[in-house]
Amino acid sequence: MKTKILSAALGAAAMGAATTAASAATLDDVKAKGFVQCGVSQGLPGFSNPDSAGNWTGIDVDLCRAVAAAVFGDDTKVKFVPLSAKERFTALQSGEVDVLSRNTTWTMSRDTTLGLNFAGVNYYDGQGFMVRKDLGVKSALELSGASVCTNTGTTTELNVADYFRANKLEYEIVAFEKADEVVAAYDAGRCDVYTTDQSGLYAQRLKLTNPNDHVVLPEIISKEPLGPVVRQGDDQWFNIVKWTHFAMVNAEELGIGKANFADMSASDNPEIKRLIGTEGEFGASLGLGNDWAANIVKLVGNYGEIFDANVGPNTDLAIARGTNDLWSRGGLQYAPPIR
Amino acid sequence: MSDTDSQTALYRAETGALEIAFVREQMTKPMPAPASEVGVVGWMRKNLFDGWFNTLLTLFALWILYLILPGILNFNFFNAVWSGTDRLACSDVNQGGELYEGWKGACWPYIGAYFKQFIFGRYPDAELWRPILVLIMFFAGLIPMLIPSAPFKRENIIYMLGIFPVVAFILLTGGNLNYNGFLLPNAIMADSALKFWVDYVLLTAVICGVVHFIVRGMDGDSRRPIMLTIFAMALLGIVIFLSSIDFGLRFVETPQWGGFLMTLVIAVTGIAASLPLGIALALGRRSQMPVVKLLSVIFIEFWRGVPLITVLFMSSVMLPLFLPEGVTFDKLLRALIGVALFSAAYMAEVVRGGLQAIPKGQYEGAQALGLAFWQMMNLVVLPQALKLVIPGIVNTFIGLFKDTTLVVFIGILDPIGRASAIRATSDWQGIYWELFIFIGAVFWIFCFSMSRYSMHLERRLKTDHR
Amino acid sequence: MASGEVVSTHSVDEKPKVALLNDPKVRGTIVQAVLLIFIIWLIYNMVNNAAINLAKAGIASGFDFLDREAGFGLNFSPFIDYTETSTYGTVYMVGLQNTLILAVLGVIFATIIGFVVGVARLSSNWVVSKIAYWYVEILRNIPLLLQIFIWYKGVLATLPGKRDSIDLGVVGQLNAAGLFAPKPIFAAGASAIFWAFLAGIALTWIIGRWARKRQMATGQQFPVFWTGLGLVLGLPILAYLVTGMPVSLEYPVSGNFGPRGGMQVIPEFISLLIALSTYTAAFIAEIVRAGILAVNRGQTEASHALGLRPGPALRLVIIPQALRVIIPPLTSQYLNLTKNSSLAVAIAYPDLTAVFAGTALNQTGQAVEILLMTMLTYLAISLAVSLFMNWYNAKMALVER
Repeated sequence: MKTKILSAALGAAAMGAATTAASAATLDDVKAKGFVQCGVSQGLPGFSNPDSAGNWTGIDVDLCRAVAAAVFGDDTKVKFVPLSAKERFTALQSGEVDVLSRNTTWTMSRDTTLGLNFAGVNYYDGQGFMVRKDLGVKSALELSGASVCTNTGTTTELNVADYFRANKLEYEIVAFEKADEVVAAYDAGRCDVYTTDQSGLYAQRLKLTNPNDHVVLPEIISKEPLGPVVRQGDDQWFNIVKWTHFAMVNAEELGIGKANFADMSASDNPEIKRLIGTEGEFGASLGLGNDWAANIVKLVGNYGEIFDANVGPNTDLAIARGTNDLWSRGGLQYAPPIR
Repeated sequence: MSDTDSQTALYRAETGALEIAFVREQMTKPMPAPASEVGVVGWMRKNLFDGWFNTLLTLFALWILYLILPGILNFNFFNAVWSGTDRLACSDVNQGGELYEGWKGACWPYIGAYFKQFIFGRYPDAELWRPILVLIMFFAGLIPMLIPSAPFKRENIIYMLGIFPVVAFILLTGGNLNYNGFLLPNAIMADSALKFWVDYVLLTAVICGVVHFIVRGMDGDSRRPIMLTIFAMALLGIVIFLSSIDFGLRFVETPQWGGFLMTLVIAVTGIAASLPLGIALALGRRSQMPVVKLLSVIFIEFWRGVPLITVLFMSSVMLPLFLPEGVTFDKLLRALIGVALFSAAYMAEVVRGGLQAIPKGQYEGAQALGLAFWQMMNLVVLPQALKLVIPGIVNTFIGLFKDTTLVVFIGILDPIGRASAIRATSDWQGIYWELFIFIGAVFWIFCFSMSRYSMHLERRLKTDHR
Repeated sequence: MASGEVVSTHSVDEKPKVALLNDPKVRGTIVQAVLLIFIIWLIYNMVNNAAINLAKAGIASGFDFLDREAGFGLNFSPFIDYTETSTYGTVYMVGLQNTLILAVLGVIFATIIGFVVGVARLSSNWVVSKIAYWYVEILRNIPLLLQIFIWYKGVLATLPGKRDSIDLGVVGQLNAAGLFAPKPIFAAGASAIFWAFLAGIALTWIIGRWARKRQMATGQQFPVFWTGLGLVLGLPILAYLVTGMPVSLEYPVSGNFGPRGGMQVIPEFISLLIALSTYTAAFIAEIVRAGILAVNRGQTEASHALGLRPGPALRLVIIPQALRVIIPPLTSQYLNLTKNSSLAVAIAYPDLTAVFAGTALNQTGQAVEILLMTMLTYLAISLAVSLFMNWYNAKMALVER
């Protein structure tokens, strides 16, 4: 027991990064540490996925980089902590990560009982089904008697139970702890159906032996708003993460992005001026520099650029903007104005 | 028979019989045993076809081998693809490759492509020399330790237990850690490296005080224990100081570690940490003091009664809640704590076995010489007991080594974790067996040779005792 | 007497303070008190921290969640009725049930395979003993988790797709979703069969005792085995016929996605059972080998000299002695198997760890309560098994005397 305490004390000191005050001011801690700790998935193409050299890419990853850009003016000052579905909330609650950006569905119970705040929605998703083409299934309502593979401990698992129950369909659920195992089991023919968020279906389909033998059914059986999460009780940090996302959406709406930043930053448009901080003191109100949003757009890009680069039609995932388009184009992405 | 015959012949010759009888002057060379009894055939008769039951058994066994072996050999060697750069190298004509239809075999270039990741995980390329150096240092220290006749055992142990861990820690993480104060309130002194050392000295003083109080209460003379404490704290201080020096090494955070490097880090740290704890628990369990004994028994039986996987779950989702607000541990460190506590319980039982094997006379003799408890343990009992339990320790280590694979459940990327992550990349879809065969083979080689070594030791120790 | 007085006055003469602290008893008490205070302080701190952290994060705590509706499905629960509307408490029971089923069957198979391999290892047949040797050396030196993955993949790869089931006739249909066996449906009165079965076992036991007594007294033997078999099998069959055949079988029917209904034995269960029992069997084989080797050869010769035939010699002389050596390590292998069954979480078999410390934990977020319950459950199983084995061991030791 003594050894335990000793090693604990040593460990706390030795791991350096260790001691962070999870209490009041996350921003101060982050500034003191010199980087943002960001909880991401253990590998989901398009959202947060490491390449063989350990570089992370994806929408969720870019959100974290944007936060780092806003705080430090440097989008590389972020450390990614891969988390399983089980660990993610504990990791955030205990202060192991400063922001959880891990395709996490915003639900009422998570928002109210876990001591967490959802800071926005960076991807509007919905749960779908994928089946083998040769089954000839056209609709989810034909799935009675099917075996369904999914991840355990997710909203998906509950939704699929609700859906089959509501439609009086029989089914067998096969729930795995790790997403990779779900894919492997579905690929091996253990299940007829693979269900998860539709974006996930497109992402995981790439890992199947013959991706073209599988089809995603049209039904969407749930609302899955995915977004970054922060701890409750730190409004400043909550605002920073929230407005990081809004800044990227606003930037797209204003037509300013990473590609044309140099040209557009000279614009006379007052909205752009407020965004990039040449007018007003909006950064200061967040506790950041006034060029906070300029750094986001310059270093990471606007929402549309991020979407296109990670999951858009020209990537392997080939997901259409759809509900994730700007409100002005019929989508759901809408950001309050900076003023 | 031939003896009697030649005697008969001799007798006839003496009685003057005319017939010339052959008189053998020397023994004939023994006839070789019948072909059915020696050589391959004889050996087979004796060992394989001895009676109808054995024959049936042999045929059955051979049939089983016939079912299993060709498939395994074909897949792994004869049909395997050994070179190539991508998935296409292992595709048959239907899949757009060059191999014949229905081809089934291992795709080894795949392992080659990810070999580095299996060994080191996602450790950055530019820094790879660091884990390689650590591995070389580890084996350079370990091998002479395992050879009983190698000289400089004492220096070797100091190297393995003292120098190597520090150097390995600095090399792997990059060192240059920041230490802030931990004792005094911030109002007195702001957090800084200087405050850490002020706090450290204060802590040393407090510990010395406690030691003084306890030892005074028990033995009377507290000078030696206090010197020892100061010495230990000074050593620890040097280690901490070393780890805070900026050697110009890049900091590599633990999520980037992985592969067999991770397996070794967890297994070696786990066993090293569990040994002292296990000895303490074993002594506690045999203690005369009821509270100490009870606590040791509860501790040991608790950890031995639960599966490692729940311990790891606990370390990953429960432990953070038990820590004071604002204190967080690295995930790997939390797992290490869990693994160390878990294996300490097993180690305690191994050591207890050794303590029980020491004849009571040894204890009584030591007591008769007037040795105090710790002197008796240090000088008489433990040296004998630990020697006896070395094979048990090696076996515990083998178990722990295999069990490290479970860390994959808490998202630490050991070889199996790397495998599933790698499998999830789109350029090598559908590859599965090769990963498991490769990982299994590496584990097998390690564990098999360790178990051989432990058996060798066991035999050696046995002869030593007779 | 005089010397005793001298000693006592001497100790009185010494400073009472030093004497008190030098007294091993007092010293022990102090050490123990310090240790106890330290442990209590540690536990208090941990609980306190947890309470503060939970309260601050606004996480719900307590065991109320056990009465809440779970809302997710489970695909394997042979004896407990489970639907999505069941509570988390039921989830716990289902998990425990599945762990126990796996552990019990695993122990049985591991023992059988282990004994066969252990004996084969000692066989004079070279091929057989070599195969047994390599079986042991290969299986016990590869991590179990890896073996589970391999078996799971192997089982899935061997089984045909769901719509191309292999028809095994009365046994059911076999495909990648497992074995779809006929499910017995018990109508009213079916419990009589169960009681008849119990009565059969009880009667056999009584007859066995009587037969042994009679043999001790008169030397006459009685065919206990065959009588017992007849009773254990015959009584339930008789009850089945008398109560008007209350058991019917529900056969799986074919649906769009292959067979449905009946009793589904999922492939995760099959693979886990194979992996656990073959892995543990490798360790049991070594234990059995050591146990047999530990019995002195003279024992066999002596029993032959007494006129015992090889069968009774093995049964009455060799095995009881070998078992005495075998049972303690065998117990710990059984416990290992039970604990290793928690690796089910790797391949989605809904055991206690997967379904309670996995799914339920993820859904409720109540890590402390759920992990404590899980760990204490395993601890209780372990302690129960060791207690039983200790009792059995004591009984065996008596037989040896």
